[in-house]
Amino acid sequence: MRGVLGRLLPEAWLGLLGLYFLVPLLATGAFSLWEGGSRYGFAAYVALFHQPKLWQSLFLSVRLAVETILLGLIVLVPAVFWLNLRVPRLRPVFDFISVLPFVVPPIALVAGMTALYTGPDWLVGTPNYLVIPYVILALPYTYRALDLGMRVLDLRTMTEASQSLGAGWGTLIFRVVVPNLTTALLGAALLTIAIVMGEFTFANILLFNTFAVYINYVGQTSATQASALTLLSFLITWLAMLGVLVSGRGGRSVQIGGAR
Amino acid sequence: MSFRFKAGEGGGLTLAFVGPLVVYVIAFLVLPTLMLLAEAFSGKHGLTLKYVAALGQGQTVVAFRNSLVLSALAALVGVIAGGIAAYLVLRPGMPRGVRSLVTSFSAVAANFAGVPLAFAFIATLGSLGIITVWLKSVGVDLYGMGFSLYSLPGLVLVYAYFQIPLMIIVFTPALEALRREWREAAENLGASAFDYWRHVGLPILLPSLLSAFILLFGNAFSAYATPYALTSGIVALVPVEISNVLSGNVMISQQTGAALALGMIVVMVAVMGVYALAARRIGRWGRR
Repeated sequence: MRGVLGRLLPEAWLGLLGLYFLVPLLATGAFSLWEGGSRYGFAAYVALFHQPKLWQSLFLSVRLAVETILLGLIVLVPAVFWLNLRVPRLRPVFDFISVLPFVVPPIALVAGMTALYTGPDWLVGTPNYLVIPYVILALPYTYRALDLGMRVLDLRTMTEASQSLGAGWGTLIFRVVVPNLTTALLGAALLTIAIVMGEFTFANILLFNTFAVYINYVGQTSATQASALTLLSFLITWLAMLGVLVSGRGGRSVQIGGAR
Repeated sequence: MSFRFKAGEGGGLTLAFVGPLVVYVIAFLVLPTLMLLAEAFSGKHGLTLKYVAALGQGQTVVAFRNSLVLSALAALVGVIAGGIAAYLVLRPGMPRGVRSLVTSFSAVAANFAGVPLAFAFIATLGSLGIITVWLKSVGVDLYGMGFSLYSLPGLVLVYAYFQIPLMIIVFTPALEALRREWREAAENLGASAFDYWRHVGLPILLPSLLSAFILLFGNAFSAYATPYALTSGIVALVPVEISNVLSGNVMISQQTGAALALGMIVVMVAVMGVYALAARRIGRWGRR
C-alpha cells in the first residue's frame, strides 16, 4: 500500500501543479476566442489587429528594449572589462552595486525619480526617459551575464595582442572583446527584452503608452481582447526565455526578473 | 564611497572605464533614494518626523500589514510547493525530458507576471472566469462560498504563479549539491529516510530554504503591476498606495508617499541583509 502511495503521490503532486500552471493559460486562450453567447471565433484578434494603438505601443516597447540594451552595454561593458582586466580587487564592491536595484522596489525608485528630476522636458517628457530606469532594472542581470562571460576570456592576452597591433581601447573592446561575448550578450539582451516588454510600473506612473500599459487599458474595456493580448505577452516572454535557455547552454543561465 | 587608486595602475583609466557605471548608479538609483529620505523627513519648517510617524496610523498601517502578510504567505506557498516540486523532479527515476520541461517552463513562468498574469487569472477565476462559470454550472458556487480572486487569498493564489517557478529555479542547485554519499553514509549507520532528512538533509538545506524564502518574500513585496491590475485598490498594499499618491488619486501628501517608499526600502534592506547572511552559511556546504 505504502509503495503504491509512494509511487503515485509524486505524480499526483506534479500533475496538480501542472494543472495550476496550464489551466489559466488554456482558460485565457478560450476566453480570447469567446464572441458572446456560445459563439467562438477570432473576432478579438481581428479587432486588435486593426488597432493602430496596439502597434504603436508594441513598437514603443520594442524600441525601448533595444535602447535599454544599448545604453546598458555602453555603461557596463567598459566597466566589467576593466574590473576583470585590471582591478579585480574592486569586484566585491561592484558585485554589491549590481544588486542594489533589488533593494529599491521599482515603485519606490519611480517615486524618488519623479521627486528628484522634473526636467529638462526633452528628456523627462518623452518615452525615452523610461530607458534610464530600465537600465537600472536590467543592471543585475546584465552585469552578471557580462561578468560571467568575461571571466572565461583571456583578456590579458587579447589586450596585449591587439595593443601590440596598434589598436586603441575602443577597438579592443568593441572589435575584440565584444565579438567574443556573443553568448553572454545574447542572454543579457533577451532577458532585458523580457523585462522591458512587461514593465508596467514606470510606464504607468510616468504616463507613457507602452505595451503593458496598453494591455491594462484594453482590460478596462474588452476582456476578450485583453485575454488575446495576455497570450501574446506570454508568447513574447516564452520566446525570450527560450532564447536565453538555448543561448546559455553549458552554463546555468536561467534568470529571474521582470515586471511583477 | 571613495576608492584610492595606485598611480601605477592607471587611476585615470580606471576612472574612465568604471566611472560611467558609478555615476549612473549614483545619479539614477542612489540620489533618488536619498531624495525620498530627504522628502520623508522634511516639512514646511525643516526637519520633521511627522510623515514617518504617520506610517504608524490608519490606512498606511493596514497597507504595510497587508503587504507583509501577503508577501510572507506567497513566499511560504512558493517555498513549499516549489521546493517539493524541485525535489520530485530531481529524483533519479524522473525522465530527463520532464526535468528540462520543468526548468524551461519555470524560466518562462517566473518572468510572466504583471498585468498579463492578472488578466490570465481574471479570465480563469474572476467572477466571470471560465472555471468560475463552469464550476457554477456543476453546482459549485466559488464566490458564494466566500472565495474571491480580488482578495488577499486570491492574490496569494496569483502570486504563486511566479513564486513557485522562482523557487524551483533557485532551489534546484541547492538540491543538486546534496551528495549521495551523505545519504548512503546515513543509511549505512542505520538511519531511516526520516532520520536522514531530520538530521542531515534538512539541516544542510536550511540556509538555502531560508534564503529562498527571503528572495521570494522580497519578490512578492515589491510586486506592483499584478495587484494593481487585479484588485485596483480593494486590497490596500504599499506599492498601490504609493502609486495612488504619485498619480494624485488620494488626499495624501507627497511626503507621506516618500515615507511609504522609504519604508519599503527599509524592509528590502533588511530582507537582503538576512539573504546575504544565509548565503554565507550555504557556502560552507557548497563547493567541494
